[in-house]
Amino acid sequence: MADEKKPSGLTRREFIKNGSFAVGGLIGGGLIGGMLFNSSSDTSTSTSNGDHNHGNGSNDYMEARMFFKRQEDFRVLSAAVERIFPEDEVGPGAIALSVPYFIDRQLAGSWGFNAREYMDGPFEEGEDTQGTQSALLRRDAFLQGVRLIQKEAKASHDGENYFDLTEEQQDAILEKFEAGDVEMNGMSSSQFFSLLRVATLRGVYSDPVYGGNKNMDGWRMKKYPGGQMAYMDIIEDEEFHDMEPISLHEHHN
Amino acid sequence: MAIELPKKQAVVVGVGWAGGIVAAELAKAGIEVLGLERGADRTPADFIMQKDEMKYALDHDLMQDLSKETVSFRNDKDMTALPMRQTGSFVLGTDLGGAGIHWNGQAPRFFPYDFEIRTHTIDRYGEDKIEEGITLQDWGITYDELEPYYTKWEKTAGISGEQNEMTPWMSEEYPTPPMKETPAIRLFKDASAELGLHPHQRPSANLSENYTNPDGKTIYQCQFCSFCERFGCDYQAKSDPLITVIPTAVDTGNFEIKTHANVREVAHEDGKAVGVYYIDGNDGQQYYQPADMVILTTYVLNNTRLMLQSGIGQPYDPETEEGVVGKHYCYQIMSGAQGMFEDKQFNLYAGAGALGGGVEDYNGDNFDHSDLDFIHGGVLSLNQTGIRPIETNPVPPDTKSWGSEFKKASTHYFYRTLSIGSQGASMPYRYNYLDLDPTYTDENGDPLLRMTYNFTDQDRKLAAHQAERSEEIMKQMGADIVTQTNQATGDYNIVPYQTTHNTGGTIMGASSETSVVNNYSQVWDCENLFVVGASTFTHNGGNNPTPTVGALAYRAAEGMLEYFENPGILVEDED
Repeated sequence: MADEKKPSGLTRREFIKNGSFAVGGLIGGGLIGGMLFNSSSDTSTSTSNGDHNHGNGSNDYMEARMFFKRQEDFRVLSAAVERIFPEDEVGPGAIALSVPYFIDRQLAGSWGFNAREYMDGPFEEGEDTQGTQSALLRRDAFLQGVRLIQKEAKASHDGENYFDLTEEQQDAILEKFEAGDVEMNGMSSSQFFSLLRVATLRGVYSDPVYGGNKNMDGWRMKKYPGGQMAYMDIIEDEEFHDMEPISLHEHHN
Repeated sequence: MAIELPKKQAVVVGVGWAGGIVAAELAKAGIEVLGLERGADRTPADFIMQKDEMKYALDHDLMQDLSKETVSFRNDKDMTALPMRQTGSFVLGTDLGGAGIHWNGQAPRFFPYDFEIRTHTIDRYGEDKIEEGITLQDWGITYDELEPYYTKWEKTAGISGEQNEMTPWMSEEYPTPPMKETPAIRLFKDASAELGLHPHQRPSANLSENYTNPDGKTIYQCQFCSFCERFGCDYQAKSDPLITVIPTAVDTGNFEIKTHANVREVAHEDGKAVGVYYIDGNDGQQYYQPADMVILTTYVLNNTRLMLQSGIGQPYDPETEEGVVGKHYCYQIMSGAQGMFEDKQFNLYAGAGALGGGVEDYNGDNFDHSDLDFIHGGVLSLNQTGIRPIETNPVPPDTKSWGSEFKKASTHYFYRTLSIGSQGASMPYRYNYLDLDPTYTDENGDPLLRMTYNFTDQDRKLAAHQAERSEEIMKQMGADIVTQTNQATGDYNIVPYQTTHNTGGTIMGASSETSVVNNYSQVWDCENLFVVGASTFTHNGGNNPTPTVGALAYRAAEGMLEYFENPGILVEDED
């Protein structure tokens, strides 16, 4: 087994300050040099490294719904993404990582509106090799999808809410979506499931600036160090290096 | 009505590697050049501390906004082409610097064989070796003729690399030494050598040391931060047009750049280009820019589209095989092997876009194809580009793709999985081509480019062969779970990312009957119009295309300067 040691993660400012970059000769060149001299104070570096206190900090103001109006829809979404990425012995699940709020914010913005995709008609079904031809915006697909998940739950379990079912029952409904066995309007249920799965993974592992991957605990589960400045010192090493992750927040502040 | 602007000597349409090289060479020689870039302005400051996987790798911040413009696609003429609504199989760059900003920096040359592929294949194996429908052509230029221009581009970019007996011959060494070896790359090289192959460190535009190029531009040493492909470089350590040829051109005082200037058409009269029409994205107005010379350097797909839209050159018809514009659209055929190691964790978060080991033993005609039912091949390489957590979730075969089982496997194997990839060369096929879509339009109402493309039997056999060779190396490396990967088992699918090595459409050749441009990238049918870039590749080789684009651009610029002195067709037409 690899011998693990922990070099501390460096923020951009520390990286420049301690001269690691001087070998690159860029220190005097406009951009990086400018960053160094513009930094008014060095006292604020990286205080959040290792801060594992959930629900402790101003970030919690972001845990409110921007997109989903009905709480019921949001509770269904939360239960579904938790099944896709459940809390277990490996680490926190989608809810603890704030993935439902992440998805809510994504749907409220350009991703939810498919803003950078070609959405002009005519719309035809096409072949699988031609890619999605759906006219449905992601925001509408999610509303339709979570309501259909709830409808499936109620229909098959005596009117019970999806989020009140057992894990096995919840999984069975998601499997039905995954197999394309639920009728949807504008896309297949397997396409919706795939969208839900990708959205969940984005929420687990994207930079915390987007509201998921809370406290970088998604990254810690994968031993992913985030956006480190440089790996010059370890690039040739045989042993595995586990280090504290760094987010955009540490670099931009 | 278009608003007419004062005439320029040369207008360059699209300012990336090709446009930047041409602009620099013309401007240095005193030609007044205007660059029209459809995208936004950009400087290296835009890339500082942008280590954001979701924004760049998944949501394609540096790429073309498909809501404005895309392509339509079908596998064959019996299908209705439908728009590529989301980015998938390839990523189209935009903004100043073009695709030269988000590239990985892998910088190999093509082989001498590539440029004379038809002649060589017939000489060695006989004409029957070429499958029916594979419309193989020589390029109208030899490797030896192009070699000095490769060297010139490598010096501009400061490429770090090494040669061995399987790599193409070079008149000079690479400007900077090869990149560092990582444990994963070492493992690949050792295993390859044990199998009798000839591993080398891949040529890289992420530089091994600080370097100042002949134009006085400096590129810095790579820090292995791993944010290369789909990102701009944080350190100006990945050679790109914004830190080399574009400022070289601007420094002369002869190069002006207009951004948000989206060219729709090349105006021409009596067989000569007279200017271009463009829409300024700031004010929405259409402008007419007259010029003595027009140079298209927009990337493969728009180079072809602009030719078709302007009505220059005869469009290719696959039924009659007449016409040239849109012909020989090629791609690359990706296959390889994945290996999972139970007892090893590699520092795979670290890397660089072109950090890798490769073997060229199964590329070009470096191996005997007598008993094989395909031609050409591809480089096999293990690249440590750096993995990121959203997109990289390796799991053993038959693992569920969600839930606790997926979570355990994907976190466990994240640093325990290595891949060998083959960039399979792509041979031209009669029915793979580009034309204008009859239905779908862009934001200006102009027809989208329509891509008709599928893999051929040649492609599928090549890909299978390369996957088997990759599997052999991966097993030799000692992986516990080895699986072949292959994108070409069935029909080409535009959804999964494969490669952004699209080529063809305005191909180069020795005769105006079979090609759009001559070996100076000069359009046979419109002598003061040049089309530069991978759209001129007659087929696609088994390696990354950028150095060949750079070499052809330097040669084209030489031709343009000659044209300003002595107007006329620069190469005798073998028609």
